[in-house]
Amino acid sequence: MSFWTRHHIFEKNSIVLIAGILAVIAIGGLVEITPLFYLKSTIEVVDGIRPYTPLELTGRNIYVREGCYLCHSQMIRPLRDEVERYGHYSLAAESMYDHPFQWGSKRTGPDLARVGAKYSDEWHVTHLKDPRAIVPQSVMPGYSFLSVTEVDTTVIADHLRTSRAVGVPYSDDQIANAVADLKAQADPDNAGADAFAKRYPKAVVRNFDGKPGIPTEMDALVAYLQMLGTLVDFKLYNEKANLR
Amino acid sequence: MSESHAVKSMTLGEAVLAPLFGVTAFLCMIGAAKAVDTAFAFHASLGAAASLWAAFAIFNRYFDRPSSLPAQEINGRPNYNMGPIKFSAVMGMFWGIAGFAVGLLIASQLAWPSLNFDLPWTSFGRLRPLHTSAVIFAFGGNVLIATSFYVVQKTCRARLAGDLAPWFVVIGYNFFILIAGTGYLLGVTQSKEYAEPEWYADLWLTIVWVTYLLVFLTTIIKRKEPHIFVANWFYLAFIVTIAVLHLGNNPALPVSVFGSKSYIAWGGVQDAMFQWWYGHNAVGFFLTAGFLAIMYYFIPKRAERPVYSYRLSIIHFWAIIFLYIWAGPHHLHYTALPDWAQTLGMTFSIMLWMPSWGGMINGLMTLSGAWDKLRTDPVLRMLVVSVAFYGMATFEGPLMSIKVVNSLSHYTDWTIGHVHSGALGWVGFVSFGALYCLIPWLWDRKGLYSLKLVNWHFWIATIGIVLYISAMWVSGILQGLMWRAYTSLGFLEYSFIETVEAMHPFYVIRAAGGALFLIGALIMVYNLWMTVRVGEVEVQSPVALQPAQ
Repeated sequence: MSFWTRHHIFEKNSIVLIAGILAVIAIGGLVEITPLFYLKSTIEVVDGIRPYTPLELTGRNIYVREGCYLCHSQMIRPLRDEVERYGHYSLAAESMYDHPFQWGSKRTGPDLARVGAKYSDEWHVTHLKDPRAIVPQSVMPGYSFLSVTEVDTTVIADHLRTSRAVGVPYSDDQIANAVADLKAQADPDNAGADAFAKRYPKAVVRNFDGKPGIPTEMDALVAYLQMLGTLVDFKLYNEKANLR
Repeated sequence: MSESHAVKSMTLGEAVLAPLFGVTAFLCMIGAAKAVDTAFAFHASLGAAASLWAAFAIFNRYFDRPSSLPAQEINGRPNYNMGPIKFSAVMGMFWGIAGFAVGLLIASQLAWPSLNFDLPWTSFGRLRPLHTSAVIFAFGGNVLIATSFYVVQKTCRARLAGDLAPWFVVIGYNFFILIAGTGYLLGVTQSKEYAEPEWYADLWLTIVWVTYLLVFLTTIIKRKEPHIFVANWFYLAFIVTIAVLHLGNNPALPVSVFGSKSYIAWGGVQDAMFQWWYGHNAVGFFLTAGFLAIMYYFIPKRAERPVYSYRLSIIHFWAIIFLYIWAGPHHLHYTALPDWAQTLGMTFSIMLWMPSWGGMINGLMTLSGAWDKLRTDPVLRMLVVSVAFYGMATFEGPLMSIKVVNSLSHYTDWTIGHVHSGALGWVGFVSFGALYCLIPWLWDRKGLYSLKLVNWHFWIATIGIVLYISAMWVSGILQGLMWRAYTSLGFLEYSFIETVEAMHPFYVIRAAGGALFLIGALIMVYNLWMTVRVGEVEVQSPVALQPAQ
């Protein structure tokens, strides 16, 4: 019986054919994906990585909603020009709490993995409202509607709770105070600012959009952009320590 | 006929589905009333309206139809079910035009950013998924469903399985497209490339897709031919694998069951790997395996020659589905994905060149002894050129998956150009060729309204593709080189914005290329419309192709 005759079993029996297809397509995925969940070398051990604050998470959800990843990557490759242009190459640990990841696949605009603290809040607000007011050659859309849309503060605890269910380590304390924390981060005069700083060490408290009142979507998005890539202190980071 | 006197009773499908849609309508209304965001309320209302319509349509059909269902065979010949295929083919053309038009708009936005109008629902970030989903899943998906339902019936010599099920598949699938597309405009997205629809759209698609698999599989099971024809292997691999990929990439937890927002189960590096395992195999199994099935049926049929090599098609089939699954990590070269995974992805992507070209050779060599037809039949020419584009794109792909090449090409327009040489040249042309064959067959027409117009379509679209991909090659390589250019003093030579500015002329050329492609497609729609409207009726239905032995 030749190989070609043996193959008739697939051609004459649809269930065998389906079983064959499933077996053949399963291998590659299993080999490439499963080890990422148990190999310790997949994600570095680094100091400073923390879950997003409620305001930053809200900002990140706006980033997701508007499809920013279609033009901006958040993944600096270890190539000379990228490291010099954007900063230290991205670590897996830096996006370990990202659901979904936003590494992107296209740079119509620059990489944003370390855009945090590079520009002033005012720069971001002006740029987001009208990119060509600051960068005349820019092809980015304007997002002026963000500064007139208030954030829905009531649902943020549910967002933290859902994030925790998929693996982000928010504490009970953080979830219980999510609404207060969301408001406090955009208002330095807020009575809850100190409690917020304890729950999210080193997180920045500022009035990001420069306007008083309930945080706007502009506050949230700028808060998110301003923290991108700032969690790890690379002066203290020792990449040799992670070779395992 | 004695059946006509039988007492009319509801089929199981009618008796179950009609009340089920009633219940769904009720649930959707509750969802709309309790919705936490307006997009969810809108979609729940759409769901309620569609469910009510579906329940009504089922009852209406029951009262209008004769007591017996359509026969499986008439005079010993299979009684093929063409209704759902006609619907899907027409929807494919509608979404195609819509998707190409949105593509032209977003291409123009990159050249002239004021076209974003600075409104939420017209910005590039929301329209780009609308474009990709409309062309891949709406246009491509409908063409795949239409052709697969046609091919499986003809090559099995059996009527499509199910009575309401095929209609559920085609209408349900297009309803998914509607939910997904309007969602993008309203900012409902998972922001995972090509997997943007949110959890409730994903759930609905799962139901539709499983039904699709069952209809297709059951039709194969009741076939009158001993062998399953090669095109059906590819369709089956496409349907099964897309189901696996969809389920693997999309598990998400909604923040509220009455809201559109969810958080994906996977995070960071694992999410990246799942995403590109999915993303690259959306290319491999949706845009390749499915359309290769079209190649394996429509080219032999149009050329009136058997498939070149049956043994090559066996090797082609198993090799391509085995190797493709591994290729995903080449989208993540030099990222925080572990190196071993990147290397595996690159290795298998390079190996993938072989079965890809094996398939191309099998398609092209099918014309042995019929090459002269290329001169006289522009439809066959379109099909053959699509395979040539397939060969070109599947050479370029492995090349770009090599890490050093990828360090230049990644993040640039070269990727966009590569995708479009495959999407416009291969998927677009093979779909157009299939539609030019299918529409006259479905509506029993002797031939197309005008072969001359097909010729115009072919040349206008080809020029459009050439403009598109060469503009993207130049802009992509230019920008990649500018990013890594250093001055003699060792400083980066260009600021990022200077590299953006340099792209402008190529973005204008690309938009012009896209416009030509759209014009070509409009010519096709006119031609096919006239074929159905004024074409000469063919009395004899076409004979099915003999399965390969």
